[in-house]
Amino acid sequence: MEKRSRFASLIGPPSLYLFLIFLLPMAVMFVYSFRAGISGPAHDTFTLANYKSFLANSNFHRLLWRSAIIAFTISVISTILAYPLAYYLVFRAGPNRVTLMTLLIIPTWTSYLLRIFSWKLILGSSGLLNSLLLALGLIKHVSPILIYSRGAVIVTLIYVWMPFVALPIFAALERIDKSLLEAAADLGCPAWKAFLRITLPLSMPGILAGFFFALIPTLGEFVTPLLVGGASGAMYGNLIQDQFMRALNWPMGSVMSLAMLAAVLLLVFILTRLGSIADLAGF
Amino acid sequence: MPKRKWPSFGSIYFLAVSALLYLPILLLIIFSFNNATTLVFPLKGFTLKWYGQLFENRELLEAVGNSLMIGLGSSLAATLFGTMGAIAIVRFKLPGRGVFLAVAALPLVIPYVILGVSLLILFNEVGIPLSAFAAGLAHVIISIPYAMLIVASRLVGFPDNLEEAAMDLGASYWGALLRVTIPICSPALLAAFLLCFTMSFDEYAIASFLVGTDATLPVYLYSQLRFPTRLPMVVALAAILMTVTMVVMLFSEWLRRAGQTPARKA
Repeated sequence: MEKRSRFASLIGPPSLYLFLIFLLPMAVMFVYSFRAGISGPAHDTFTLANYKSFLANSNFHRLLWRSAIIAFTISVISTILAYPLAYYLVFRAGPNRVTLMTLLIIPTWTSYLLRIFSWKLILGSSGLLNSLLLALGLIKHVSPILIYSRGAVIVTLIYVWMPFVALPIFAALERIDKSLLEAAADLGCPAWKAFLRITLPLSMPGILAGFFFALIPTLGEFVTPLLVGGASGAMYGNLIQDQFMRALNWPMGSVMSLAMLAAVLLLVFILTRLGSIADLAGF
Repeated sequence: MPKRKWPSFGSIYFLAVSALLYLPILLLIIFSFNNATTLVFPLKGFTLKWYGQLFENRELLEAVGNSLMIGLGSSLAATLFGTMGAIAIVRFKLPGRGVFLAVAALPLVIPYVILGVSLLILFNEVGIPLSAFAAGLAHVIISIPYAMLIVASRLVGFPDNLEEAAMDLGASYWGALLRVTIPICSPALLAAFLLCFTMSFDEYAIASFLVGTDATLPVYLYSQLRFPTRLPMVVALAAILMTVTMVVMLFSEWLRRAGQTPARKA
């Protein structure tokens, strides 16, 4: 009993805070998604119209699908780029590997907005890449397609998230018992086969964690498309932001946010399933 | 394996990626000393005027003040809540533990835009005015999981019989927590506080919905990105912040490791 009351006093205040500032807003947003408007009598009228128009609007679906593809592309490429990096650090870099890993993370400690903005300096019409290509005579006129495109969003976000993908893969590779690889080699297993049968399966939890580390925040991203995306690089997050800041159609924005929340929770659910399977495969 | 004399593919790849990661930051720093409002090569000459302008800009200094205030407030609250949560989930295996852990960790996987708009709706419904304080309330939520994980990993590192020993010697449970557990965890507490602070200080997405008219630094920064003539000054500010953040983060990383070493030896 004494234990119970101590536990309750420890867990009570943070639980209350989480309820008021995290769960309650989600519930209020859910209620809001049924309102007809944000003020006057419309505020107190409940309707399914928002859900109907969300389901009917193919523009929303297109943008949600496009964001999913952009986020997926970013996560796949980041994982492919990060894996050899983590592998090199763990298996080839020797005792300095933690320091070298920290070296990869340090750039992410700088302002998020400016890391994105710096790509405007590189890809922009008077930017580094254009002036370099002009100076080398490779192009005659400033190329406008480098910036304000889906490609610019993808490149920028890979830059932002790749180090965070490398981190869990690094941790997973570090945990692998190196004697397994020695045993495989002693028994005449070629290095590539040992990699496919031992290293890769054992690092799967790290790969999945890294993949989702990049996928979830990029799904909801709206700042990067605003800075480097232009019209063709707009994402679903921009649509939500528009409903709240410009169109002032909060009930519609709530429906759109809930749709994204459902998608994210589904992804997290899949991750936890895959995660446990990967762990089973690892032991 | 024979030692190779030439650099391996792996090391070349590592160097290339590191160079690409640092290049944009290097460009920002060059830009902040360049005597022109656009970054076109060749450079126009060295200047410190952008740094000088920083300290004459009242709006900017106010934004820094707002960010410092909500950064301090939200990271103190998050460290307190995170520590309470960490002690509860590490030291007690009681029902409710799993649900609490799941809810407290959930903000890690929810896109910030959703957290931002849901609080915008809540504050509007209950009549809390938008302000830097409102954004600070939200920053506590995104910081709690990090604080909790850092403190929990420290708590796992030392056995709870130290607390029991203190209680055998007459301390109350809360006295033992305050005099034994908290001091042992203090490096982790400080590391958690610093990490939460830097997160709040750099957070734009949620703040952009909630700050109202009290711009925080990232909100102010974003508003300036549209004016090309103001850019070099903004970038100069970023260069200063970058340096400060790096020092703070390296210090917090060092603390986190220093805090774990004795536990590993024991």
